[in-house]
Amino acid sequence: MAVEVKTMAELTAAGQKPDVLFWVGCAGSFDDRAKKITLAFAKILNHLNINFAVLGTEESCTGDPAKRAGNEFLFQMQAMGNIQVLNAYEVKNIVTTCPHCFNTLKNEYPSLGGNYEVQHHTQFLQKLINEGKLKIEGGEFKGKKITFHDPCYLGRGNGEYEAPRKLIEELDAELVEMKRCKSKGLCCGAGGGQMFKEAEKGDKEVNIERTEDALEIKPDVIATGCPFCMTMMTDGVKLKEKEHEVKVFDLAELLAKGI
Amino acid sequence: MISSIIFIIILGAAGFLFYKNVAFIRRNIMLGKKVKPSGDSSERWKTMIKVALGQSKMTARPIAGFLHILVYAGFIIINIEVLEILIDGIFGTHRILSFMGGFYDVLIGSFEVLALLVIVACAIFLVRRNILKIGRFHKPEMKKWPTTDANLILIFEIALMMAFLKMNAADQVLQARGVEHYINAGSFPVSSWFLVPLFESYSDSFLIFVEKAAWWFHIVGILAFMNYLPYSKHFHIILAFPNTYYSKLENKTQINNLESVTNEVKLMMDPTADPYATPATDAPVEKFGAKDVTDLTFIQLMNAYSCTECGRCTSECPANITGKKLSPRKIMMDTRDRLEEVGKNIDKKGKDFDDGKALLGDYILEEELLACTTCNACTEACPVNIDPVSIIMDLRRFLIMEQSKAPAEWTTALTNIENNGAPWQFSQSDRLNWKNEA
Repeated sequence: MAVEVKTMAELTAAGQKPDVLFWVGCAGSFDDRAKKITLAFAKILNHLNINFAVLGTEESCTGDPAKRAGNEFLFQMQAMGNIQVLNAYEVKNIVTTCPHCFNTLKNEYPSLGGNYEVQHHTQFLQKLINEGKLKIEGGEFKGKKITFHDPCYLGRGNGEYEAPRKLIEELDAELVEMKRCKSKGLCCGAGGGQMFKEAEKGDKEVNIERTEDALEIKPDVIATGCPFCMTMMTDGVKLKEKEHEVKVFDLAELLAKGI
Repeated sequence: MISSIIFIIILGAAGFLFYKNVAFIRRNIMLGKKVKPSGDSSERWKTMIKVALGQSKMTARPIAGFLHILVYAGFIIINIEVLEILIDGIFGTHRILSFMGGFYDVLIGSFEVLALLVIVACAIFLVRRNILKIGRFHKPEMKKWPTTDANLILIFEIALMMAFLKMNAADQVLQARGVEHYINAGSFPVSSWFLVPLFESYSDSFLIFVEKAAWWFHIVGILAFMNYLPYSKHFHIILAFPNTYYSKLENKTQINNLESVTNEVKLMMDPTADPYATPATDAPVEKFGAKDVTDLTFIQLMNAYSCTECGRCTSECPANITGKKLSPRKIMMDTRDRLEEVGKNIDKKGKDFDDGKALLGDYILEEELLACTTCNACTEACPVNIDPVSIIMDLRRFLIMEQSKAPAEWTTALTNIENNGAPWQFSQSDRLNWKNEA
């Protein structure tokens, strides 16, 4: 099914304004696995007839990896460039499927002149469910054991533990928690620029440690809400040769299957 | 009379020494950069009351948390007794506050119960450290002094509480015998039960000696312990309060935007800026990031002195768990050690003395800094809201922006961001291609 996606430039040319800007992010735009998350979320937005737009080719990296790697210059160059574009389009509301973009747009742009209402897609979807606009049929996941891996930048970083869990309950699935969860959730190993380099010398990769946490409770699905956690957990499950028994999905993908 | 004079001299000397040592630490902390703390003062007071006074983060680990609350409550409440000891010591009186009657009995009784609980808790702490060998107490940075320091503190506390109970035990036997000076006062639920039977057979004069000796040991011990604090991780009992007052209140994964960089970037993006303008010569040269402790803020330096090396941060750190060199606790211990060194250099060799060393490189290595995932498990775990991530980030900034020491893969990713707006080498014009892949 094709998705219907308009850019800000197209809407502006037609004299229209979207209710919300979908910030896709670099992973969501280019990473093969993460693109499926982007499509799933766009499909849900289409299904609900939400008036949204993307920046498309006018979007650029928020600067998160540069900032975390210590290059504040590059971060602020990226930030100010993006803020000029966002402010020129008078963007007020942003939703994004990446907790790193979410954190940066929400927390680090305001003091540089970018003030927006920013939501993670799980928060956005939970609100739609609460308002009765989004109805999910559990279907394929009814009674399945689903565990949620908290992305650090959504959970500990911004205090959102409940929205993703509410979505899992909507699927009529059985939510099972890992021994380290919520504020004590273990990182997948990708944050702080680690995604873009080899790990320092140690006894183990962080994503293996985290995958073991998940496999210990024998879930059918490991759910997450971050494209980088997705890469790390998928790799971990593959390395443990469990990819046939345990699937890794983003919450947007799980919900898209139920509409 | 003579004992009063001796007491006043000891008290004065202890007070003076403590003042000197605290002034040294205060001066060291103020070597840090001045920054505006986050949030408003009412929010900061609330955080202090909740986290430091209310111990809200301690109970994340129920056993250690519960035992710590016993020692903490015991320490604070039993110190009311110190007030009486001070008055008795200065004026040569005995149990001056006993005029309070029934209330005094309740106070002394509860001090005794707390003293026993403190002894039990400290004994369990010693067992956890030395016999059960709980992992977080035996990481590489805990070798030598940090381990000795921890054990000394526990032994000190047990000894002080034992002296308090012995003093009470001797006192109540003397009270019962109607010995002069020992007025009937206080209730002794603990010492009457296990110490008095041992003491009953001794003579009056020996018991008077025991009572006096325990009294002196208790108060001189407290004064000595107070003066030990500035050299010890135990200084956290004081700094936990201001430290939590200055807690970071922003969302945990928010990293501050460097103002010095903002100014440069704004200039770069301003089409009206004169590219050939020479910078004002009197403007101080801004360093990007931190190389040494004096590049950090006073809050980060206070963090270092507030750390009691419990290691909850390190035991939750994904890098440390998987065997990497990074330990958030070591970051804080290194910062304190280096700051002490810088402080001593200033006192001995003058303000401008450069020993050629720095926090980055001589204490904290690149390998440690690069391993951090900025996941904030450490800041979440810290019972007094210390923020090791902010120090790691400031050192990383210096490493990358001033020393250009980025790992090759980071250089590639960051060059891609610069060139095509994504950490991978894809053209920005392909950014919307995903919509055709449905």
